[in-house]
Amino acid sequence: MTIENITMPQLGESVTEGTINSWLVKEGDHVNKYDPIADIMTDKVNAEVPSSFTGVIKEIITEEGTTIKVGDVMCSIEVEESDSETQTETSAKQEEKATEETATKQEDTSMKNRYSPAVLRLAQENDIDLQRVDGTGAGGRITRKDIEKVIQEGQPAAETVSQEEPKPVAPKAPSAPVQSSAGDVEIPVTGVRKAIAANMVRAKQEIPHAWMTVEVDVTDLVSYRKQIKDTFKQQEGFNLTYFAFFVKAVAQALKEYPELNSTWAEDKIIQRKDVHLSIAVAKDDQLFVPVIKHADEKSVKGIARDIFDLAMKARNGKLTSDDMSGGTFTVNNTGSFGSVSSMGIINHPQAAILQVESIVKRPVIINDMFAARDMVNLSLSLDHRVLDGLVCGKFLARVKEILEGMNEDTLSVY
Amino acid sequence: MTVMSYIQAVTTAIKEEMERDDQVFVLGEDVGKKGGVFKATEGLYDQFGEARVLDTPLAESAIAGVGIGAAMYGKRPIAEMQFADFIMPAVNQIISEAAKIRYRSNNDWTCPITIRAPYGGGIHGALYHSQSIEAIFANQPGLKIVMPSTPYDVKGLLKSSIRDNDPVLFLEHKRAYRLLKENVPEEDYTIPIGEADVKREGSDITVITYGLCVHFALQAAERLEEEGIDAHILDLRTIYPLDQEAIIEAAKKTGKVLLVTEDNKEGSIIGEVAAIIGENCLFDLDAPIKRLAGPDVPSMPYAPTMEKHFMMNPDKIEKAMKELADF
Repeated sequence: MTIENITMPQLGESVTEGTINSWLVKEGDHVNKYDPIADIMTDKVNAEVPSSFTGVIKEIITEEGTTIKVGDVMCSIEVEESDSETQTETSAKQEEKATEETATKQEDTSMKNRYSPAVLRLAQENDIDLQRVDGTGAGGRITRKDIEKVIQEGQPAAETVSQEEPKPVAPKAPSAPVQSSAGDVEIPVTGVRKAIAANMVRAKQEIPHAWMTVEVDVTDLVSYRKQIKDTFKQQEGFNLTYFAFFVKAVAQALKEYPELNSTWAEDKIIQRKDVHLSIAVAKDDQLFVPVIKHADEKSVKGIARDIFDLAMKARNGKLTSDDMSGGTFTVNNTGSFGSVSSMGIINHPQAAILQVESIVKRPVIINDMFAARDMVNLSLSLDHRVLDGLVCGKFLARVKEILEGMNEDTLSVY
Repeated sequence: MTVMSYIQAVTTAIKEEMERDDQVFVLGEDVGKKGGVFKATEGLYDQFGEARVLDTPLAESAIAGVGIGAAMYGKRPIAEMQFADFIMPAVNQIISEAAKIRYRSNNDWTCPITIRAPYGGGIHGALYHSQSIEAIFANQPGLKIVMPSTPYDVKGLLKSSIRDNDPVLFLEHKRAYRLLKENVPEEDYTIPIGEADVKREGSDITVITYGLCVHFALQAAERLEEEGIDAHILDLRTIYPLDQEAIIEAAKKTGKVLLVTEDNKEGSIIGEVAAIIGENCLFDLDAPIKRLAGPDVPSMPYAPTMEKHFMMNPDKIEKAMKELADF
């Protein structure tokens, strides 16, 4: 036995309330579903209200002559069939809700560093350090109201003992300012130079660098390239550079040693799935690192074309931010300047950078005999937080193996 | 002061304007002897006679066209579309003639017509009796669109519309007709067209809406007040042209904006409101501008469950307001 309510029905468009003219039943009467139980009157019509249930009228709630809103209870009725399911359902739902609530109460700070335009503006105008503001929004987000509160109450002084591990701080420049003397030329530091400087300082200070170099014999590769480069240039319209072969070899080796294709993220190391290789391109006093996307999926020709396109774009100032973003590892063509050994600064936040030096013909001992071979040094800088000598050594050995195996029989540039 | 329903405010405004100015007359389907299907013109036929309360054929294009001609000749017609849904045959007259005559004639001619139409759903009216049609007309310079939310606003704005020297589309929510009641002054007063109105002061989130949804938003705000959420509610009142200043001010006030309409979401009035806020308030925004609207389906369905799903209500608004407040 359950109690159900019968409510004022909607009788016609725009009708929102109705008046009980007279009751056709009294408490205790048995009614069948669809039996008329009351006469009602609205602005537009007079009508009989049918019962929605079969059962016994329990209580008449609205008196005759009273006006109530559509949906308000007119009377209650004791219904025969039981309908206990609804009750258990609601209680289960409540429990669910309760557990949900406790779950969300646990610190979620995923939005802590997402700032809305209003928050950024207010923080800037009032010189507020957002790192020291507690957010009350979803995911720990700092809301405009949080900032307004800080402005009103003032920001608490920085804690003397920070809980965070102290960040490596740039050693301050010697306090005596650098003076220029007569005849010196002062060059103002402009946007790109400033950005390069900031990136270099950051990478050098934050990343504990370590270095290693291997020597690679690319005699076969040199002769293979010599054979095909002129035809290639004629057919394709751009140069088949050595660099493309090196990029190809690195991409392949990275697939086998994903440890090097990764990023230090404080409490974890993120290994990247995609191999996007940054390459350094210099233009006057500017340095760009555009990205060859999915280098591991491209042929030597595809890579050569990307290098050509990106270099052209860099020279013409046409690089987009999309061209420059997403790199996971950097290959630097220092050999183009004639360098035979260098120690690169890692392209933050990547884990390593490989310097490809000049190919130089040198006497090498093979089978106890001197031979004139085309030799190249590959110098790797690595983030020692992420990588150790062992895996890097294996990686370099693999790059060496791939390059030394490149010849007309094993490789097609297409 | 007397307590008046939304529809009584309509009737009162028309009656008082007809008494004040004998150029004012009413025309439409069943507006005369029957007093209108919603009883909006009840008693006017008896008071002013058949010459000023005209029963027309079932021809909306003619109702608008006759009204426009009379208006250009110096009369002040109040044309009734029985349901806003039926206005479609009159669109050509309204957009191509009424809205453009002043511009076309370089101010030689004007068209002071008021076209009233009951819009909106939630009354079990299904496809041909539930539509929101305002977006169709809301990019026609020369035409004004007024959509009041309270009996007080109805009386003041309908009087302004009748006295306005240019065409006004006056859209009344049919569910509001007998749902909303409040104290309305007996004396003559007007409310300027083109001005939005703050219906509730608050500091946590801003809700901008119009028509019946204002009422729903106020109910939702009342419930949320218990949870400590303080909502600011702006009633657009005139939806074309929009009161940009008021919109910008309301959006800047809290930086969290919820826009509500009963109309289908895509291409609705609130999209334009969002654009105004986007253009002017970037550095005051603390959350994405949120739109709450009817689903993008052709019309309000008949089945009660489906109608409920389509129709705006205080619960939906409350949920959206809560989400925005929590953001």
